[in-house]
Amino acid sequence: MKRRNFVKQLALSAAIAAIGLGSTGILAQAKTVKVGVLHSLSGTMAISETVLKDTVLMAIDEINAKGGVMGMKIEPVVVDPASNWPLFAEKARQLITQDKVAVTFGCWTSVSRKSVLPVFEELNSLLFYPVQYEGEEISRNVFYTGAAPNQQAIPAVEYLMSKDGGTAKRWVLLGTDYVYPRTTNKILRAFLKSKGVADADIVEEYTPFGHSDYQTIIAKIKKFASEGKKTAVVSTINGDSNVPFYKELGNQGLKATDVPVVAFSVGEEELRGVDTKPLVGHLAAWNYFMSIKAPANDAFTKKWAAYAKAKNIAGHKDKPLTNDPMEATYIGIYMWKQAVEKAKSFDVAKVSAAMGGQTFTAPSGITSTMDAKNHHLHKAVFIGEIKADGQFNVVWKTKGPVKAAPWSPFIAGNDKKKDEPALMAENKK
Amino acid sequence: MRILLILLFFAAAPVLAIDKGAVEKLASGDNDEKIVAIAALLAEGDPEAAAVLAKFAEGEVVVEGKVVEVVVNNRLRSAVTDALAALGLLSPERATRLEAAKALAGGADAVMLPLVKKALEKETDADIKPLLELTAASMEMKGGDKATRIAAIQRLGTSNSPNSRTLLSEAATDADEDIRIAAQKSLREVQGKLAWGERAGLLFAGISLGSILLLAALGLAITYGLMGVINMAHGELIMIGAYTTYVVQVLFRKTNYFDWYLLVAIPASFVVAAAVGMILERVVIRWLYGRPLETLLATWGISLMLIQSVRTIFGAANVQVENPAFMSGGFQAFAGVVLPWSRVVIIVFAALVLFSIYLLLTKTRLGLFVRGVTQNREMAACVGVPTGSVDMWAFGLGSGIAGLAGCALSQIGNVGPDLGQGYIVDSFMVVVFGGVGQLAGTVYAALTLGFANKFLEAMSGAVIAKIVVLVFIIFFIQRRPQGLFAVKGRAVEA
Repeated sequence: MKRRNFVKQLALSAAIAAIGLGSTGILAQAKTVKVGVLHSLSGTMAISETVLKDTVLMAIDEINAKGGVMGMKIEPVVVDPASNWPLFAEKARQLITQDKVAVTFGCWTSVSRKSVLPVFEELNSLLFYPVQYEGEEISRNVFYTGAAPNQQAIPAVEYLMSKDGGTAKRWVLLGTDYVYPRTTNKILRAFLKSKGVADADIVEEYTPFGHSDYQTIIAKIKKFASEGKKTAVVSTINGDSNVPFYKELGNQGLKATDVPVVAFSVGEEELRGVDTKPLVGHLAAWNYFMSIKAPANDAFTKKWAAYAKAKNIAGHKDKPLTNDPMEATYIGIYMWKQAVEKAKSFDVAKVSAAMGGQTFTAPSGITSTMDAKNHHLHKAVFIGEIKADGQFNVVWKTKGPVKAAPWSPFIAGNDKKKDEPALMAENKK
Repeated sequence: MRILLILLFFAAAPVLAIDKGAVEKLASGDNDEKIVAIAALLAEGDPEAAAVLAKFAEGEVVVEGKVVEVVVNNRLRSAVTDALAALGLLSPERATRLEAAKALAGGADAVMLPLVKKALEKETDADIKPLLELTAASMEMKGGDKATRIAAIQRLGTSNSPNSRTLLSEAATDADEDIRIAAQKSLREVQGKLAWGERAGLLFAGISLGSILLLAALGLAITYGLMGVINMAHGELIMIGAYTTYVVQVLFRKTNYFDWYLLVAIPASFVVAAAVGMILERVVIRWLYGRPLETLLATWGISLMLIQSVRTIFGAANVQVENPAFMSGGFQAFAGVVLPWSRVVIIVFAALVLFSIYLLLTKTRLGLFVRGVTQNREMAACVGVPTGSVDMWAFGLGSGIAGLAGCALSQIGNVGPDLGQGYIVDSFMVVVFGGVGQLAGTVYAALTLGFANKFLEAMSGAVIAKIVVLVFIIFFIQRRPQGLFAVKGRAVEA
């Protein structure tokens, strides 16, 4: 009799406990934690973003194989915002409110990030953004694992001005027509002016997203280049427009030794399928290249090759390629895992606090550190020239990691802005 | 003989032994030292030095039997290719010399002047000599006495290369007045020639865009223009043609005949797109003749279905279509204007397609039926034209041409599931602008829009150009709803 009562009570209390725990949220559901993946898998940006989705999944597989985060398995929730900026915001809201993800990895273009930013701030959730961008932003809800302008654009232009870069005196700033190229070019124009370049020696050109006919643009570059001293082109063209652009560049025989083109959004992946033999010597500035010789990079590229083969990823299963945003994505996930374990919680405020100062041995061969305050990574800068096989030859690099300056000193008024996220209005009260 | 000549010239050079120090510097010096080492090896001029330089250009230097990998950046590559070209100037082979002279015409370092002059002295070939003279002039104008400089400047005035403009515009602000005046005169001459080249280049760009618009719109001109079917899935038929080309290309990659895959891809893309079009006509559109709104909605739905099925089969990302070797690169047509082969081939292709359609519509029985049905369906049916099957064949023809457009587009642009979306608006614009109901208007409209787009782009940038063209079309259609060319006759209102 007594025994039966005991069993009954035990069952009852277990049931009550279960109900009680169930209502306290994700933690209590025990074995898994959901993570959002918000990258375009179709449309003009799919060329760049699809592999980032796969990189997130690879890292999650790795982490799960080693026991997950705080003993919990990570469950990825993949959505396709289809290169459609308002859809990014919708999908972000769905990830946070319906799927209740603890963190989201996603976005490539700045316009997509600007579109989801209010959602992440309103619902107080975390976004890891893995792509180089124009700066001018620090949100307490975003960690930026790509480069700020001083970690990519400015060093690249300085290199082209140097003797080894060809002492360029005249500049064509060519980009896709949206916020990232416009802002970057504004910063570059101010920077070039500070170096004594006259306005007449700078032209800016923009094309719409998905533009495919670069004949007149290349003709314009040629004309401008022949009208004065050494000319260099800074390309912030994004998405699949890069394929017709580089095809036209090669076909029209614009050689890198005459007019070098340095790109900020073109890596190994974008050049796949382009005949790179006529493009030898054109440049890209990144914080990682697949060709970098470092033990961490060997491990990273091998893992990716094996993963691509196992998962039968189109293109990569035969010719695995890694690139900078993939590296930044990879660093981001591991840093998030470390921060969660340090904070012993998935709470946004606690994880954010624990993020500052996290380190990770990056595939680029350096130890990447998350800045204590400004939500950006300290990164080394590399400048590479395209080789005939579509890889990059590193011709210049910084001695060590560079701290990000999201508020570029070349934009007026930025000197007064704080190098850390502003506190929320309600926190100030 | 060749070595002897160089030796005579560079009497100070050590006898047939390459400078070990210079080779070591190539391997381990900084970039300034490497440049000096390249110049030193060039001065030696013997074949062994040339071999070392050629290896260096590929990123390898052999020091004491060991291969050292070196990073060759643009600056070093430019120096070493110029040096190799300069060595090539003395080759007994005409082709090698011509190649070398062309490479150096792009602007060579003043260090090479003695070598170029040497080559010039014994050069007799009519093609190579002027190139060398220009190269020598471009070096001489920078330094030396005034008379030589002015002579060099005058010689550069006969050139039509963009490099000469760069050099002359520098000299045009020289401190010495005589040089300034000479340079300004030469600069005007060069600029005059280059301006013609630029205009010709723009014209070509316009024709090229026009030919692409024409290919994209020709099929629509038949299905919409002649048959009156508003086919929103036209863009997807283009996309199907492009994917067919991709599939053929993948099959050919395994064989040795990769360069010839287009010969199979062209008929294949026509047949596949035509088949899809005919199925579409039989299954859906046939039931909707005379109901344009329903046709529009139904075909739009079909376009979404086609996009999604391609996405499911081939994946959402773009697929890579590689050009056959003969279609990459280009040729120098005018001063400073390079015409890419891919675009030239597409222009010719568009002309051929246009001509075949013209023949088909005017010289064949099917063409006669199509024209008959277009002009008066009831009357045609009365005299025994099987209008139903004519509709199907005509729709198949229009769809097949869309497939051909896809095949052509795959050679210059991206191939992805959304490919067609980018062309549907342009295609309708061309057909409406040209005037519904006949082909000549489509041709004029495509070329006009191609030119307009390119001229505006050159003036105001790509973004503004697109907007201006759209605004222009809107106003034009308001003033003249029937388009450029109107069909006169009884059936127009039907």
